[in-house]
Order: sequence, then structure tokens, then C-alpha cells
Amino acid sequence: MKAAEVLRFITRDPGRAIRLRPEIVLIPLVFVLMVGGWEAVVRGLGVSQLILPAPSSIVFALFQGFSNGLLWHGFLVTLQEIILGYVLAAVSAFLLGALISQVRIVEATFYPYIVAFQTLPKIAIAPILLIWVGFGMASKVVIAALVAFFPILVNTIVGLKSTSPDKIDLMRSLAASRWKIFRLVQLPEALPYIFAGLNVGIVLAVLGAIVGEFVGAKAGLGYLILQMNFDMDISGMFAVLVILGLMGIAFHLLVAGIRRRVIFWQKDNANLP
Amino acid sequence: MAEPVIVCKGLSKIYDTLEGGTVRALDRIALEIREGELLAVVGPSGCGKSTLLKIFAGLLPKSEGEVSLRGTPVAGPRRDIGVVFQDAVMLPWRTVLDNAMLPADVQDLDRAAYLPRALALLDLVGLKGFEGKYPFELSGGMQQRVAITRALVHDPAVLLMDEPFGALDAMTREQMNLELQRIWLESRKTVLFITHSIPEAVFLGDRVVVMTPRPGRIAEVIEVGHPRPRSLEIMATPEFGRRTAHIRQLLNAGGAID
Repeated sequence: MKAAEVLRFITRDPGRAIRLRPEIVLIPLVFVLMVGGWEAVVRGLGVSQLILPAPSSIVFALFQGFSNGLLWHGFLVTLQEIILGYVLAAVSAFLLGALISQVRIVEATFYPYIVAFQTLPKIAIAPILLIWVGFGMASKVVIAALVAFFPILVNTIVGLKSTSPDKIDLMRSLAASRWKIFRLVQLPEALPYIFAGLNVGIVLAVLGAIVGEFVGAKAGLGYLILQMNFDMDISGMFAVLVILGLMGIAFHLLVAGIRRRVIFWQKDNANLP
Repeated sequence: MAEPVIVCKGLSKIYDTLEGGTVRALDRIALEIREGELLAVVGPSGCGKSTLLKIFAGLLPKSEGEVSLRGTPVAGPRRDIGVVFQDAVMLPWRTVLDNAMLPADVQDLDRAAYLPRALALLDLVGLKGFEGKYPFELSGGMQQRVAITRALVHDPAVLLMDEPFGALDAMTREQMNLELQRIWLESRKTVLFITHSIPEAVFLGDRVVVMTPRPGRIAEVIEVGHPRPRSLEIMATPEFGRRTAHIRQLLNAGGAID
């Protein structure tokens, strides 16, 4: 259900909505209980702010971090790294995947290398990339792209090769060119697979950018976490985690929303997160 | 008599088996499909009737013999053929109208010129008002009507139908047989109709080609004299019964029905 539909469903008859879908109350309730319990335990037992800060301290750190511009700047830097890396990964993985799926000899030659390279932990290359590309934003973009690249590539290849033989026969019976078969049948048929890859890719792009900043950076949320760790600013670190969590959710919803619009003909869309 | 649309002589199809041997799927088939006729081909599974259609459509290469369509040899897929498969093979992201217009998009034909034709054909197959629907909103029988429209929209020389109603339930199937007869009477397209149902072949065909398997051969070509339009009631006539019994006998004698 779309957000607007959910809202209409609740406001029309709140009692009935809660009876049919108790989770619309339970989900926020669990949040309130968890955060409230956390606050109570930290304050009641006098837990040190250096071990576990209370939610109120985290909110305060968030507020402070945004008002002095520290979090805002870090957020913008990391956001740019993620988006640039992700777009780079998506475009290059799609183009290479299309080439591999269409030209048998390219697939036969390069697929073993792709499988081998995929098993390599890309994060381990980060220090080398830092030497090659430098301490600036570029190295983080490359790391994010590298980590997000493979799931998109593999899904694109599998998707483009999964077209039913019936549909290929239909197109061939109309004397379709290879380009027409690709454009009119293989590509739309591959979209559910490609979006599955894009969905995994965005999570990995966030991971890549943060780890890249851990390895070496001058700005960004990952860099801030390291700085705050050094300063024993535990509330600040949690504030960054909150931002990263919200970013992850926003990216996921964005990809899922685009997916729903693009692949409108799939009935099982409703069951997807 | 007019020039035949498809002529095939000495047509054989030989497959290599995994064990290194060969299997003859079609054995020296000689057949002519006349202009404007509805030719039914009936035979049990494995008699090579679908292989025959795929060779006519240029989807499979032949092993021996000659096939020509309107005087030119069939060497691969061509634009002047329309095929209806057992499944409707809809593109789910296209509307009914856009599915019907697929040949125009594939062959880069002028959309504006073919649009009225697609709309008229959709009307002919009884789908007026469904142009903007998506395939998943239609029943199996309706999807197959879209498939028939799609196969006719680029005005092919021949319509090849490969067990098009085999996946439908018995009642829808009879209804579709009546519909196909009506569409054929109005469009007068040359049709090759492949089926494994003897009554369906006799009901629809001007002539019925009976095929037996291992290797796929033509046992007999039967002229069906029933006047058109035929109603479902003719299936209860003694003449219809004699024809189906005769075909069944041919298939039994060939060892086709175990």
C-alpha cells in the first residue's frame, strides 16, 4: 500500500483500521516502548554516557551536530559519495551485463573472471585504492561503486538471459532484429532481476562509502564516527548511526518506489517490502 | 485454381541424438497450402507437426527438401508470416492494443497506418473496449484472441497456428473454434492449423492432413466437404462421425495411438 492509501485507510475509520491491521498501532508502540525503556534503564541504573548514551542525549547530539554544521557537512559528503558510486556502479554494471548477455564469446571468456573477482572481498582493496585515487572523495566513490557493482552485474546478466523461449520464438517469427528482441522483450523481462540487484547494490554502496572513509578520509559520516570515537563522543557516534539508518531506509524506499512504477505489471509487487 | 501459398517437397528434418545416432522427425513431406484455405494438420504428439510449422515459419532449419512461400524459398524468419503459439505469449507490460501492434514496432512499420487495422481486428475478434487493458486482466481465451490479432496485424501471407487452443478448457475451446471460423470467413486468410484433436481438425479444416509419427509422415489428406459456416451441431452428424472414425483408424494403423 502507498503511504497516502494507508493514511486514508486509518483516518476513515480508526477503530476498524486498528482491528483489521493491529500493526499500525503495534509498530509505533514497540518503538515508543523500546526508546522509553532504553531511556529509563540508562537513567535509572546510572549507566555511564561513555558506554551507552540515553536516547535524549542522542537527540541532543543530533540537534547540536546539525546546528553547528558538523553533521550536515558530513552527511552531504557521504551522500554524494554514495550517490555517485551507486550511479557509476549501476550504469557500468548494466552496460557490461547487457554486453555479456548478448555476446556469447564475451560471456564465455569473462564470466569465470567475474565469478573469481566477485568472491574477492572488495573492501580489502580500499587501502590500495586510496593510494591510487587519493584521500579525497573520488576514492570513496570508487570503493562504493566497486562494492555495489557485482550484485547489479550478476542480476542483470541472469535477468537478460531468463527470457522465456516462447517470447524469443514470437519475436523471431516476426523477423525481429537482435536489437528489437533486446529492447522490446529481454530488457523488460530482466527488470525484476535488475531491480533486485539495485536494491542490494544501494545497501552495499552505503557500506562501501563508510568503510572507505574509515580507511582514510578528510570528511564524511564515517570519518566523523572515527573522530568522535577518538574523542569518546559516544552520543555523537549514535547520532551518526541514526542518520545512516534513516539514509538506508530512504534509499530503500526510493528504489522500491521506482521499482513499483517501472514494473507495474507484476502482481506480487504488493508483497515486496 | 490459384497458386498455392506454401509449397513443400521432399521435406525432411533429421535430429542428431546424444548417443551419436539420428532421428527422423519428418520424412519426405510433400504438401501444398492453397490460397485462402484453412488447412488442418492432425497427429499425435511426436509426429513432427510442430516441427513442420516451425520450419514453415523459418524458426527451424530443414534438413532436406524444399519449402517456398509465395514462390520464394523459406531460409529463415520472414516478415510475411503470422504465428499463433499454444500459449498466448503476451508481453505483460504492453496493453492489449500495444500487444496487437507488436509486429508494427518490431518491423518498424508506420504505426499510424497500422493502428486502424489493429483496432478493426480487435473489433473482429470481439475485444472492442479492451484496447487499454493489460494481459493479466484478460482470460486465457481473450489473450489468445489478442495473439490472433497480433499475428494478423502486419497482413501476413499465411497464418500459422500451433495448437492455439490446446491450453484452453473444453468449452472455451469450442467457442474459440467457432470464433476462428468466423474470423477466417471474414478475413479469408490462408491458415495452417495444427492440432492433436481429431474433431477440432475436421470441424475447422477445408482439408485435414493426417500425420503419423516415427518418422513423421503424411498418412492421408482428407477433403472435408461440410458447407460453411459450420455450427457445433455438425459434430453430431453421421458424416462427421465417419470422418473422425476414419482418421482415428489411420492413426491406429500407423501405431500412433498406444
